[in-house]
Amino acid sequence: MNKVIIIGAGPSGLEAAITCREQGLDVLVLDEYMIAGGRLLGQLYEQPDGTWWNGLEESKIRYEKALELGTRFLLNTPVNNIVQTNEHWTVYTDTESFTAKHLLLATGAAETPVPVPGWTLPGVMSVGAAQVMTNVHRVKPGNRGVIIGVNVLSTAIAMELKLAGIEVVAMTLPVNSQVTNESSQPKEVMNSLLHVSHMAPSKFIKLGSRLMKNDFMKNMGVTFFPKTGVKIWDIPIQLRKAVVEIYGDNEVQGVIVATIDSKGDVVGGSEEKIKADFVCIAGGLYPLAELAAVAGCSFYYSEELGGYVPLHSERMETNLDGLYVAGNITGIEGAKVAIAQGKTAGLTIAHHAGIPGLEKDIQTSIESIERARDKAYIQFHPGVKKGKELLLAEWQNRLGE
Amino acid sequence: MKQRIIDHPVLGKIEERKLITFRFNNKEYRGFEQESIAAALLANGVRTLRHHEENGTPRGIYCNIGHCYECRVAVNGIQGVRACLTPLQEGMVIESGGRLPTTVRDWRSEDE
Ligand SMILES: Cc1cc2nc3c(=O)[nH]c(=O)nc-3n(C[C@H](O)[C@H](O)[C@H](O)COP(=O)(O)OP(=O)(O)OC[C@H]3O[C@@H](n4cnc5c(N)ncnc54)[C@H](O)[C@@H]3O)c2cc1C
Ligand code: FES
Repeated sequence: MNKVIIIGAGPSGLEAAITCREQGLDVLVLDEYMIAGGRLLGQLYEQPDGTWWNGLEESKIRYEKALELGTRFLLNTPVNNIVQTNEHWTVYTDTESFTAKHLLLATGAAETPVPVPGWTLPGVMSVGAAQVMTNVHRVKPGNRGVIIGVNVLSTAIAMELKLAGIEVVAMTLPVNSQVTNESSQPKEVMNSLLHVSHMAPSKFIKLGSRLMKNDFMKNMGVTFFPKTGVKIWDIPIQLRKAVVEIYGDNEVQGVIVATIDSKGDVVGGSEEKIKADFVCIAGGLYPLAELAAVAGCSFYYSEELGGYVPLHSERMETNLDGLYVAGNITGIEGAKVAIAQGKTAGLTIAHHAGIPGLEKDIQTSIESIERARDKAYIQFHPGVKKGKELLLAEWQNRLGE
Repeated sequence: MKQRIIDHPVLGKIEERKLITFRFNNKEYRGFEQESIAAALLANGVRTLRHHEENGTPRGIYCNIGHCYECRVAVNGIQGVRACLTPLQEGMVIESGGRLPTTVRDWRSEDE
């Protein structure tokens, strides 16, 4: 029997593995991908101090450190089920099952799909798929791309595509529908873009974020938003146009865009074609928490955190004995927050495994999560701090019952 | 291999890796050992990984990280393998699934 099993070798899982090994616990990490690092692998951006955050390097450093410390890894190993029996957890994969007293779920996030007519054509992919092809596998997703969905992640990835010499001919909104809702309304998107403004050397957006502090100004901003769009890094961002259809015979050949009004409704007769050989869909991220649901964890819904998250304490414990969570499964944030959470989870597990004297380290690590959150370069939801506070209140509330 | 990003302004030159041979739908291709099947095929300009079981429309990758199952292919005779998660190996025989000979029965009307 293992002492600790960690599902997910992303930044949070790797950091938790390192922490547990440093405390002398036996650790097995399972991950279905062929490379350790999770979604950190594809990340690439310039930090405010001018250095580059190179996800491939950051992943490699942590993976090698975990290996050196004697962590056991099984990559290419999807986990299908977890079951709690007699004070231990059984983890099922395609070929084997493993047991441990302590189980950490560090499964990360997934992208929300946004159905657009024609989206099953080969050449249409999620924006994260294009990121992984480009930065991890070094294969171009295509030569001329259109990105549907304007948000923090798609803006960051558009810049990464550009960096790799791939042309992005347009970023536009999806058409307004029940599914897309807020992400197809120019005003809402403008709102969220204010939080990526620091990443973009575009005068308009930078100016915009200073000017549009109140709702009145935001409304004005959208009404006056130029039909031709603005450019970030030479990529035309069009908040007054939406993709109504992706076309092509057997593969993507282009998209049909139409002008939309400030509520996001299509203006009839304004359709035009844009040629492209790939299309990225960016619907945002949500916590990948299926295994926690299978285990019977209590859940909490939080828009700020990206959806349903397993109810958990500041110390990364769930309401089930021996089950812990860390990283994006607890809410959508950047990799540095995930790393800090992995550390806390590792220390908490060590504490429950009977290692004395960790209380102070646990408290310090919780403060580090806060600090990482405050300094985060990429914020997926402006209300994430508030979301975390509400979640913690709910945890304390339910514990009291 | 026209779709490879050889030089990158931040990530540098592509890492030298072992080139191997594999087959996809009875045609021979070359790719890097241990890269994903999906990446190797895309580097060769192949986007269509299968045709839909029911309506026969072409499909390729969608999420590229194992979540959506759009990329399922048969590898060395084993069906339903995700091309985006499976590392390429020398001599692999990969095949697309296609439209099934009998239609999948629609039970919905009976459930309503
Ligand atoms: C497509 C995508 C792109 C992103 N891009 C960025 C970005 O550019 N910048 C940024 O700051 N943040 C980005 N994020 C957010 C990202 O989630 C965090 O930055 C960070 O990587 C989260 O770390 P984590 O350890 O929680 O999970 P992840 O890094 O997602 O790692 C989770 C790991 O768990 C594995 N896993 C999941 N389920 C199973 C299972 N059932 N069995 C076996 N293994 C499993 C996965 O294979 C993965 O390796 C992105 C997220 C996604 C989904
Ligand atoms: S492309 Fe989604 S599972 Fe492979």
